Amino acid sequence: MTDPLLSIRDLRTYFHDGGLVARAVDGVSFDVAAGETVAVVGESGSGKSVTALSILRLVRPPGRIEDGSSVRFEDRELLELGDVDMRHIRGNRIAMIFQEPMSALNPVLTVGEQIAEVVRVHTDASHHDAWERAVEMLALTGISDPRDRASEYPHQLSGGMRQRVMIAMAFVLKPALLIADEPTTALDVTIQAQILELLQRLQAQLGMAVLLITHDLGVVAEVADRVVVMYGGEVVERATVTELFAAPQHPYTEGLMSAMPRLDRNTERLVTIPGVVPPATAWPSGCRFRDRCSHAWDRCAIEHPPLYPVGDGHESRCHLAVEPLRRAESHTPLTARAGAGS
Amino acid sequence: MAADVPGERPHWTRAIIRHAGIASAVIAVIIMVALLAPWVAPYDPIAQPDIVGLKNLAPSLSHPFGTDSFSRDVLSRCIYGARISLSVAALATAIAITLGTLYGAIAGYVGGTVDAILMRIVDAALSIPRVLLLIAILALWNGLPLWLLIVVLGATGWFGLSRMVRAQVLSMRELDFVAAARALGASGPRILLRHILPNVLPTIIVAATLGVGHVIILEAGLSYLGLGVQPPSASWGSIIQDGADQIGAAWWISLFPGLLIVTTAIACNSLGDALRAAFDPRESAVTMAELDS
Amino acid sequence: MTDTRTDARTDARTDTPLLHVTRLRKDFPIRQGWQQSLLRRDAGAIRAVNDVSFDIARGETLGVVGESGCGKTTMGRAILRLTEPTSGAVVFDGVDVATLRGAALRSMRRKMQVVFQDPFSSLNPRMTVGAAVKEGMLIHHLAEGRAADHRVKTLFEEVGLSADYASRYPHEFSGGQRQRIGVARALLVEPDLIVCDEPVSALDVSVQAQVINLLQDLQRGRGLTYLFIAHDLSVVRHIADRVAVMYLGRIVEIAPAADLYSDPTMPYTQALLSAVPRPEPGRRTARIVLQGEPPSPANPPPGCVFYSRCQHPLKDEDCTRIVPPLEE
Repeated sequence: MTDPLLSIRDLRTYFHDGGLVARAVDGVSFDVAAGETVAVVGESGSGKSVTALSILRLVRPPGRIEDGSSVRFEDRELLELGDVDMRHIRGNRIAMIFQEPMSALNPVLTVGEQIAEVVRVHTDASHHDAWERAVEMLALTGISDPRDRASEYPHQLSGGMRQRVMIAMAFVLKPALLIADEPTTALDVTIQAQILELLQRLQAQLGMAVLLITHDLGVVAEVADRVVVMYGGEVVERATVTELFAAPQHPYTEGLMSAMPRLDRNTERLVTIPGVVPPATAWPSGCRFRDRCSHAWDRCAIEHPPLYPVGDGHESRCHLAVEPLRRAESHTPLTARAGAGS
Repeated sequence: MAADVPGERPHWTRAIIRHAGIASAVIAVIIMVALLAPWVAPYDPIAQPDIVGLKNLAPSLSHPFGTDSFSRDVLSRCIYGARISLSVAALATAIAITLGTLYGAIAGYVGGTVDAILMRIVDAALSIPRVLLLIAILALWNGLPLWLLIVVLGATGWFGLSRMVRAQVLSMRELDFVAAARALGASGPRILLRHILPNVLPTIIVAATLGVGHVIILEAGLSYLGLGVQPPSASWGSIIQDGADQIGAAWWISLFPGLLIVTTAIACNSLGDALRAAFDPRESAVTMAELDS
Repeated sequence: MTDTRTDARTDARTDTPLLHVTRLRKDFPIRQGWQQSLLRRDAGAIRAVNDVSFDIARGETLGVVGESGCGKTTMGRAILRLTEPTSGAVVFDGVDVATLRGAALRSMRRKMQVVFQDPFSSLNPRMTVGAAVKEGMLIHHLAEGRAADHRVKTLFEEVGLSADYASRYPHEFSGGQRQRIGVARALLVEPDLIVCDEPVSALDVSVQAQVINLLQDLQRGRGLTYLFIAHDLSVVRHIADRVAVMYLGRIVEIAPAADLYSDPTMPYTQALLSAVPRPEPGRRTARIVLQGEPPSPANPPPGCVFYSRCQHPLKDEDCTRIVPPLEE
């Protein structure tokens, strides 16, 4: 059994401001094997984006990765690397693409220059060679007339094309891992389909692993091999994608799935998760989801659940895993009872 | 349940104290002294008790700022001078703010040809250096009354603000809450007054604070040249003028009012900066808002 | 074959539709420098909304879907007169709104309200939410003083917010709560029609579900009519009775929701639906992946607007010449 490509253990990223500490990422662990696609799913306040930024150590003060966290990549501890070594990894071994291509691209440089810059920073290629590689990559991402496009500026391109440019920048040095933070959320659905298809094609060609951060369960079902569900700064469920959709174990995952309107079914009323995500400065004691959970009982308020194994490669951070009979007694969650809206 | 992120909305007085506590204190002291001049000033500022014996005395315990060539106590003159300098600056700035805001708001909200015409006028006005314009107006008008000086200062100082207000109004006009107000049936003036201007207020307040500092210096310069405040009223600038030809021998007559001008202007600028920081949500709000997701 | 312009529908409640839009058009002139306008060079215009016609019956929800640039938001605004239509008629409850002015327009505004997409810019940051919601009542003199406050509080509770939130400022609320406040603001003047312009797009899935349920409950309770503009096809499927698909300023297909989603006839609709990722792993839909980008709205192609990207086997040169008429 080969070691996983990326191995995160007990990652904690806290934001300190004055006397307050926001525990945005509070003990997250998961692996990504070479060539596989792992999706991290969660809503606002779950900590998924901060997790992605923490891997590449892009979190700025007052955010700080706390001691005791471990991020191992290709058998090296990233959190212990010096600046130079870390820079060697970014863009080269691990690449990242973001949600908003317009703000991720430099408006005063042509797109060709931006891709070529990645090449020049990490290799000793000449200007000419780097430019050629840039054009090559643009062609690979399906942009027509790549040589002309390379001399254009980001604002001259459409949203879909800009995202392709970002993908070209990410892939040009054939990294082992791509971190994609909501790469298609800002795109139209037809463009999203094109981009997802492109990602999957390139991934297969280059044998790359992908860590996909998203809130869209449809996208997850399309591209992911394994899924990590986050809530309250923690991993609340981990499973293969088929397992997760066939039999979600954690009430939050179940809630997310029933709250989604479906294209193929016509439901009368969407089942919602009452309440709001609690603030990262004050996670509730015990299970962080308990106030919004229709199964919660007194154990949930006192004892913080660990990740219980619930199947092959399937874990759930919920006491229902060891007391499944409680699931039958479903009741109104605490926040719904208190009468507060979302 | 409200999304309560503590510290997301700092009380602006706390922010001011944090950024410019000293500046605010200084300005407060100067204002208080000016208001209470009759009780605070040790001597009558225009009294000339002993032209021979008490003239040009260096600073001492009985005359902390010394006396001038008419044996007037410089400290008392400065205290009463504060009244003139501050009120001229405050009133002139008030006039400028009012004119600038109205003009800019109308130009920005109405838009189109009206906006174009209004802004071309402002562009033309801005191309004339304010100091030269003032000198020209005031030199042509010998011995103008104080209120007219204030009006002239105010009338020449609103152009830049009108541009800033116009820009903000223009961008706010497109925001959803303005569209919502229109959808509710609100009229143009109502939208301007109740929705847009309250959001432009921070800019205006900052401009006002900085404007006061600017006018103090401007008025001082004009009075020094003899064009500003006319005797018998005396502002800090006039007092400097009085001591101008004796800088070597009786340096205290010009120095102290000069220091007061500098201190007040710096304090105003600091306060303006602090207000700008206090109103800018990016500087004052916690970065926790950024860690959403 | 049902003709969209007559009322041969299952809805037998009223005979005349509440909203009857005919050949609505909105052009945005392309700005050119004054030198070019002197030389009379014609820069043309962007046809954001191009000859759009449809009806909405009372109590119905019409969903409008399309991708960015299709003109759906502009159309919504044009109907509300938040932007002036270039031509066309918007007949609301028997009155052509497009030609009203002054006081008549103002009183008509009461009946057509709007809920916006962005919860962060749709509320005035310097006004308490109570004041923002109350404003409509004050403008139309529906209530004053204590009676007005009381109505605001009742409405807050109806949308699921605590009554004493009225004195707070927008930044103290979450996105979902702000959308509820936006809905309350629209409701307070007791409109007949609410144009929902992407009201849940900026919200998380779980919050989105809460707001969608709220909108449906309110519709049932008050007999509201919705024009629901969105890009999320699943959301529209859930809430709409009929759906119109827009592309490049035109409605390219309009049908009852169930029909549109199970059997779309227009190639663009087919491609759109097949592009939506389904939450079913392992199911590989025969996906129609469109190539290229939509043509520029400054220069809409003659004939069928979708021609350049259409992959339908029966496509021929007729498509470039004749604008296909809208039929069910």
